Amino acid sequence: MAEQPTSTPLAPEPRTGPADAISVRDVTRVYQRPRTSLRRPSPPVHALRGVSFGIPQGQRFGIVGESGCGKSTLLRIMAGLDRPTSGGVAIDGRDITGLRERRLKFVRERLQLVFQDPMSSLDPRMRVGDIVAEPLVAQGHGNRRERVAELLEAVGLRADAADRYPHQFSGGQRQRISIARALAPRPKIIVADEPVSALDVSVRAQVLNLIADLVDELSLTLVFVSHDLSVVRHVCDRVAVMHAGQIVETGSTEQVYEDPRHSYTRRLIAAVPTLGKALSGVSAADLNRE
Amino acid sequence: MSAPDVEAGAASAVSADRHRRRPVTGSLLVGGLIVAVVIGMALLSFVWTPHDPTLVDPSVRLQEPSPDYWFGTDKFGRDVFSQILMGSRTTLFVGFVAVGVAALIGVPLGIVAGMAPRWFGELLMRGNDLLLAFPALLLAIMFAAVYGAGTLVAMVAIGIASIPHFARLIRGGTLQVMRTEYVIAARAAGRGPFAIAVRHVLPNVSSLVIVQASVGFAISVLAEAALSFLGFGTPPPTPSWGRMLQESQELLSIAPRLAVFPGVAIAVAVLGFNLLGDGLRDRFDPKLEDRR
Repeated sequence: MAEQPTSTPLAPEPRTGPADAISVRDVTRVYQRPRTSLRRPSPPVHALRGVSFGIPQGQRFGIVGESGCGKSTLLRIMAGLDRPTSGGVAIDGRDITGLRERRLKFVRERLQLVFQDPMSSLDPRMRVGDIVAEPLVAQGHGNRRERVAELLEAVGLRADAADRYPHQFSGGQRQRISIARALAPRPKIIVADEPVSALDVSVRAQVLNLIADLVDELSLTLVFVSHDLSVVRHVCDRVAVMHAGQIVETGSTEQVYEDPRHSYTRRLIAAVPTLGKALSGVSAADLNRE
Repeated sequence: MSAPDVEAGAASAVSADRHRRRPVTGSLLVGGLIVAVVIGMALLSFVWTPHDPTLVDPSVRLQEPSPDYWFGTDKFGRDVFSQILMGSRTTLFVGFVAVGVAALIGVPLGIVAGMAPRWFGELLMRGNDLLLAFPALLLAIMFAAVYGAGTLVAMVAIGIASIPHFARLIRGGTLQVMRTEYVIAARAAGRGPFAIAVRHVLPNVSSLVIVQASVGFAISVLAEAALSFLGFGTPPPTPSWGRMLQESQELLSIAPRLAVFPGVAIAVAVLGFNLLGDGLRDRFDPKLEDRR
């Protein structure tokens, strides 16, 4: 928690080193949009414009920003599921940039994902037991039945959940299933993409606490992506604020929250709904004016 | 005849909540019932027909319907009802062969085109469009000219001509499944493309396959009738509804009932398969339900 306050307004200098669980070096990603005119070339979309940071082993790292700021693209590149246009990513000091799927095996073993939408992140045609066991099957682990039962218990589901289908569970329960699947191959890094955004407020805290507890218990490195700074504050030690494909501010969560340097961060914090603001009649429309 | 191109609507059948039960719609019920009757007729013809459907008996030619000959007899004295029963076998055989060929090739093709790199998928689909532009009946007549007329040849040709419909539809569904987070999760878990295709894509596009199969079934029944009518389909003496219709042609003014019975049989069977297809689509496609 006692992280060096390295908050700088723009172009943060990352502390990357071989010990880092994840290091991201000057990553850019450009998408080609479909052509809109015969004469003009297709317009490029700059999803990421030079993103760099390092996440030491065991840290809980938050990435905040509004939707469309490049969070999800960054996350896929970190997980080796997409390729950066330039720059590189290293997991445990090993460069994964441009590697073929066969050579990414160590990433699949070490890094797992939890997704935003618990409806679409679980195959509706598969039993929960098979879903949770999928990484085990893919990576050739044995004793799958015992491991699945153990995982379901760890995330607070009953053992008979394994024989049921995802649609038979509530949103919060499905997210628990998703977490169980992510933990199955005993990864060292968990990357969570807005894991509670699609959930009811009443179950959010439960799922957040579950993630925080499991990360502690298993001494995992956590990358937690969210648009909601108050959620990130709840679980993360350090946070990076993303805006329009760039990181505009990094620092310890408390510091960024208490003393934001960048105007975008200030807007983001102002946007967190509080009871006081709601009572004094602040509406969403007021947040854009500053 | 319902349009075989259901890509736009059916792509959304790939949804998360297919397991939720919906009430059985009228078209599903009626379609299922008609198809069941056709299958029942075919099964019945294996154990019992009132007369030998291929027995030529000039002494009873062109009989009116009677308790002995329910639908009358044709110009050779063959029992029309027995031929209709027997002909349902040809109809079903035709449907299964044509749809089987189309699905066995079209579904894997669509999945490959949906999972392959974009340029390769596009290439496959352009080749697909080429085949799509080729009329099915023309292909069947060409096949008949090369390999000789026969039910199997005709139906393989119709099946091949139906491949593009399957491939295009399944590619659409595959593209949609490939964008879902459960496929990304499977990739992150270390699953290879083949395992993803078999374990995630195929089960999630299976409802599209069922719907397209029932529509394709109706199309091939009609195609077989048309081909037999033209003389490129089922050769005599195997009873076929299409050929019965063709043979009735010259006697249309004397004995119109010879055209009515097979004609109605074809129309009802095609209607049944179409209704079944529509009913299945209604059941599996949540978007259609909203529109109603």
